[in-house]
Amino acid sequence: MKLGILFSGGKDSMYACYLAKKESYNVCCLITIISKNKESWMFHIPSIERVREQAKVMHLPLIIIKTKGQKEEELRDLEKAIRKAVEKFEIEGIVTGAVESVYQTTRIQKICNKLKIECFNPLWQKNPEEYWDELLQNGFKIIITGVFADGLSKEWLGKFIDRENLDKLKEMSNKYKIHLSFEGGEAETFVLNCPLFARKLSIVDFKDNGSRNSWIREIEVK
Amino acid sequence: MKKFEKFKMNRREEIKMKKNILLINICKEKLHFFEFVKPIKDILTKNKIKYFARDYKKLKKKDLLEASKVIICGTSLYDNEFFRNIDNFAWIKNYKKPILGICGGMQIIGMIFREKLKRKTKESNSFLKKKTEIGFYKEKFKKEFLGLEGEEKVYHLHNYYIDFLKLKEFEVFSGNKATQAVKHKKKEIYGVLFHPEVRNKDLIQKFISISTPELEKELSIVPEKR
Repeated sequence: MKLGILFSGGKDSMYACYLAKKESYNVCCLITIISKNKESWMFHIPSIERVREQAKVMHLPLIIIKTKGQKEEELRDLEKAIRKAVEKFEIEGIVTGAVESVYQTTRIQKICNKLKIECFNPLWQKNPEEYWDELLQNGFKIIITGVFADGLSKEWLGKFIDRENLDKLKEMSNKYKIHLSFEGGEAETFVLNCPLFARKLSIVDFKDNGSRNSWIREIEVK
Repeated sequence: MKKFEKFKMNRREEIKMKKNILLINICKEKLHFFEFVKPIKDILTKNKIKYFARDYKKLKKKDLLEASKVIICGTSLYDNEFFRNIDNFAWIKNYKKPILGICGGMQIIGMIFREKLKRKTKESNSFLKKKTEIGFYKEKFKKEFLGLEGEEKVYHLHNYYIDFLKLKEFEVFSGNKATQAVKHKKKEIYGVLFHPEVRNKDLIQKFISISTPELEKELSIVPEKR
């Protein structure tokens, strides 16, 4: 079956893509929505433009659609992007990295149902600790590119999630009720290397924006 | 004496551990396993309940014999190959152990019992009805159903439902039009159209804790530790 990945460059969509490939599905393209709305509930924001470099090292075509990020309009734009993938690559299904968000998954399911294509959510309801273990065991190199919760300070920006930092995250997760998979939007991530990449990506520059407990890191990679 | 008491307690635990839940995967697509079977496996693992999973096409008589209860897991909106292979579920009619059908699993239960109905009344196509519901919905439970009662928020993901009101063997607990929760009047066969693994995980635990006559009989032989 030919599939398109709803792709943000973060750990969830990347790992969902990895599982699809592992199960021998034909991943034909990545689909990214770039939202101008920094408060979007639907789409990933930090360093979203860097999906271009990720797509290159994954040797996969990338469909990018830009949206103003207004509530109903952003869904029309998402539908437009999926429709484009259906027409161009004849995909028969979409893969998402949804873990807990009923808000996101419901909207994507409705679009797929309308277009009569499959919707796969291989991380759905996944236990966060098991999930992180799998990511680390499979060599995913993940950094934090956004923090939006009490307990996650600016110092977390750019940090790799290794075993040591994962333990710190677990502590904070208990203390501040942070969802360890960041499903409550507590943080955003970016994948610099994983088994899907032909070569690893390196950060060449970055810029931090934000205040108090809400920070974003925009990175440049090569 | 102490040693003997310990033995008795372990024996009870051992019998209780005979709970071995069979999870039936009805998804044709391999990738759907993670979305519709794995979350239920995780609930059982968390509760230290033994389980084993089987693809509905590879199900053997031995599996049904070994299981203490059966959960027929759901599937996606378009992964409906099981409709064409409904004969693979003919065993449901005569199975004596508890069964819980989730979404597609509930539709299967209805289809199997419809076969009986069809033979008796020539009831036909109006049985499987189209109705798309995706996301959270509030459903009213007329009376307690596996721990759910009154108004409950449930997660839906389906394009069809079975009109269980036409099946006299079943009691409808929720859903006047699109049947949401049913139980066989004489057997421990349950069906839910919604996905309890998303926000009503306790329902699965409740189903697991249903006592069967076989288990009760075995437990009655071994006295409880006082």
